[in-house]
Amino acid sequence: MPPLTLHELPFEMVPLEARLLVETTPAGFPSPAQDDMDEPIDLASWLIDHPAASYVMRVAGHSMVDAGIADGDLVVVSRAVEARPGDIVVALVDGSRTMKRLRRSAGRLWLVPEAEGYDRIIVDETVEVWGVVVALARRYRR
Amino acid sequence: MTTVALIDCNNYYVSCERAFDASLNGVPVVVASNNDGCAIARSSEAKALGVKMGDPIHLIRDRLNKHGVVVRSSNYTLYGDMQRRVVAAVEEFASEVEIYSIDETFLDLEPFADRDLVDHANAMRDQVRRWTTIPTCVGIAPTKTLAKLANAAAKKNPLFDGVADLRDPVLRSWVLDRFPAGDVWGVGRATATKLAEIGITTAGQIRDMQMKQARGLGTVVLERLVAELQGVAASAVEVIEPQRRGMAVTRSFGTPVHDIETLMGAVAQYAMRAGEKLRQHGLVAGQLSVFFHTNRFKAGAGQYQGARRMALHPMTADSLELLAAARRGVEAAWRDGYAYTKAGIMLDDLVAAELRPRTLFEGDVERRDRLMTALDEVNGRFGKFTAVPAAQGFRRDWKMRAENRSPAWTTRIDEVPTVRAD
Repeated sequence: MPPLTLHELPFEMVPLEARLLVETTPAGFPSPAQDDMDEPIDLASWLIDHPAASYVMRVAGHSMVDAGIADGDLVVVSRAVEARPGDIVVALVDGSRTMKRLRRSAGRLWLVPEAEGYDRIIVDETVEVWGVVVALARRYRR
Repeated sequence: MTTVALIDCNNYYVSCERAFDASLNGVPVVVASNNDGCAIARSSEAKALGVKMGDPIHLIRDRLNKHGVVVRSSNYTLYGDMQRRVVAAVEEFASEVEIYSIDETFLDLEPFADRDLVDHANAMRDQVRRWTTIPTCVGIAPTKTLAKLANAAAKKNPLFDGVADLRDPVLRSWVLDRFPAGDVWGVGRATATKLAEIGITTAGQIRDMQMKQARGLGTVVLERLVAELQGVAASAVEVIEPQRRGMAVTRSFGTPVHDIETLMGAVAQYAMRAGEKLRQHGLVAGQLSVFFHTNRFKAGAGQYQGARRMALHPMTADSLELLAAARRGVEAAWRDGYAYTKAGIMLDDLVAAELRPRTLFEGDVERRDRLMTALDEVNGRFGKFTAVPAAQGFRRDWKMRAENRSPAWTTRIDEVPTVRAD
């Protein structure tokens, strides 16, 4: 067993949150790891910065494969950030939810697919940019 | 003088449905109550067609079909999650928020009172709209009753453009003189009739009543209303601060509740809130009572009052323990077939946590304490009820009829909206 050493920490480094992983040792010695316990990695909090303004959606189709987004992938769509040219966005085109890259070209905004054989769409008053794709999640197997 | 705002989501259930289904935009939409019974939310188009609150769907089915009205079963999973988002969006605009109902939240705006509060409210509405797509109206006034009234004015009168700031006494009087007495928050049908008999038909006239007259006519409630309409906060706050004896969290429902699942959901929220209050004050409780009842003043309607008192062993401030006790109480006292309009829980036998009698075998109290601390922290930082127990008092064996229910768009990974890449 490694010897227990005490380090001096600046106050800001003291974790302020209560740790949920508390060892239960009804009769015995406390675990030497108890004070070094950390939360398990929470992928959701890494993928989602603004939970109250973020929505998970599932991709159907292949028009963004060159951007690395495949049919069946999950994407995190944020309404907390402003869409900029270059972002992948979710837009409502005639009421239908579609995902494309937002591009500026010849002074106009376009929704541009990233795969062979799909058309780009001009952003006019019938198009509403709904949110910005900020993250992607995919599983390969169970 | 306090400064209170009420933010209220417009046609909330319909707005939630529209957030993920653009085909509902611009068409009349009605959301049906549990078991697809009655209309409980209507889009403006449906209102224009004459669909009334509470209309039984099966009786107006032909009319709905003729006008192409889309009927959705209520989807409380979605509405609850969207509410959490709305509350998170408004939080930074207020020093304190109090969730009043699924679509109404009171805000303490006192620290912002020297600003232009119409601008402030509009910035808040923009943020809600951006984060959730949901449109809102805001009423601002010195008391909650007036804020509620201001909100109704903001909703009804296009002049206000969605925000009514009634702190100005002249404007307030103008609105109160035009506001029907029966529509004032807290004035029931019986009271409205009594008031009409002595010629009182507007909110302005209620405000000008003598306290003695108000007391003579009816209740303490009416007396408190007069004060509130005069701009004196009589505090209709539902969380009564814990005294030595006990505390209560109670609330009247906006729409009567007919099913145990919805009631459980409400009671679960009160249990969470009560636990938080206890912990804030460093107290534990030994008894929990849960009650719910029908509208006692509604003649002709079936009446039932359910209540149970549960002992808490060991004494606790643990929201999960409170929730479990409240749930057992509701299950034991529940009766089908009534329209419940109010529910609440009361905690008695309060002592300081450190004086709590210890019992043997009480499990890992410290661990539970830490969980509660974390819960309070999360809820304090991100808004009330951000973190709630997944159980929430819901039992799945009360199956409901819900033929046209939309998916749990925002809370279940296998039901999330599809975005087309084609």
